[in-house]
Amino acid sequence: MLSNAILISLAIMSAAAALNMLRLLKGPDLPDRILALDTLYINALAIIILLGLYLASDLFFEAALIIAVMGFVGTVAVAKHLLRGDIIE
Amino acid sequence: MNFAFWIEALVAALILAGSVFALIGSIGLWKLPDFFMRLHGPTKATTLGVGALVIGSLLYFSTRGAGLSLHELLITIFLFLTAPVSANLLAKAALHQELKRSKKTKGKVWPQ
Amino acid sequence: MTRRRFFPHPWLSLFLFGIWQLLMNDLSAATLAAGALLAWGIPLLTRRFWPDPPRPRKPLVALRLTLCVLGDIVAANLQVARLILGPARKLRPAFVEYPVALSDPFAVGALASIISLTPGTVTADVSPDRKTLLIHALDVANEQELIDTIKNRYEKPLQEVFPCSQTPF
Repeated sequence: MLSNAILISLAIMSAAAALNMLRLLKGPDLPDRILALDTLYINALAIIILLGLYLASDLFFEAALIIAVMGFVGTVAVAKHLLRGDIIE
Repeated sequence: MNFAFWIEALVAALILAGSVFALIGSIGLWKLPDFFMRLHGPTKATTLGVGALVIGSLLYFSTRGAGLSLHELLITIFLFLTAPVSANLLAKAALHQELKRSKKTKGKVWPQ
Repeated sequence: MTRRRFFPHPWLSLFLFGIWQLLMNDLSAATLAAGALLAWGIPLLTRRFWPDPPRPRKPLVALRLTLCVLGDIVAANLQVARLILGPARKLRPAFVEYPVALSDPFAVGALASIISLTPGTVTADVSPDRKTLLIHALDVANEQELIDTIKNRYEKPLQEVFPCSQTPF
């Protein structure tokens, strides 16, 4: 039962990621694309947690945590770049 | 109908609920008309979506007999601390770029 | 003053200790000792980056606020899900200016974060004097009602937790 539920969840998450990709391609403005990328990394994190559940392995936790950290830093850096035209002040 | 069965059912329900919330966030990102409204979809539904997934994963790994496993909570804590920051920065960037807003939007924005 | 010099931020230390235990994911003596060492050492070494720490009072009120915020996140998520799946033309988006009564910068930050975390509202900007927040809401029927809700549910408890305005910025 659980593995079926995980497979269904993976399918739903893939649909969500596809919608994010559509928004990323369509834009229309830069903040929209950054928002799409931000959502995309959170979805990737969810997919990795699901994969860890599917394979019953605890090792995927570190990968998910690192994606969370790097994704946040990336979003902040690009948003700052839009605000100031410069990241390091 | 034993204990393990119900735990498994609960984990399955949590991860399904989590992924449905993430999907709703992405639907919001796709269909809402202007940037500021789109901002609401992902920053909310995704946070709860990942939250439910993480609680499901926590339950699953804690009941396998290898002792309590709480470290998935770190992901939720981190996302809850950072989601407002990135939402705020994106909103500021959008205000700075003077993106057009949906015509019905009440209230004024501040000059940047 | 010596207690503050050698143990500058008790809350930060407690937080770091908890994070370390979660990262290591076990409760052996070695983990506890390393966690205690880090929780003491890191605030001491990074003291200069935390000029004037906020001093929370009334931990029970803080706990109740946390639980209330978590409950609201779940409840309002369902509401926003319904708004998103419903027809988009019925939404009533608005920018609302929220007058802040808090004086502690940390408390204002916490309030802005809580507003962003609860679905349907995002803090878009803070005025330079930190007295007004610009909030974007997805669906507002009555702006005064939104302001009153935020004030009663989140700002009043925050005022109790961070009562004094001893933090000059």
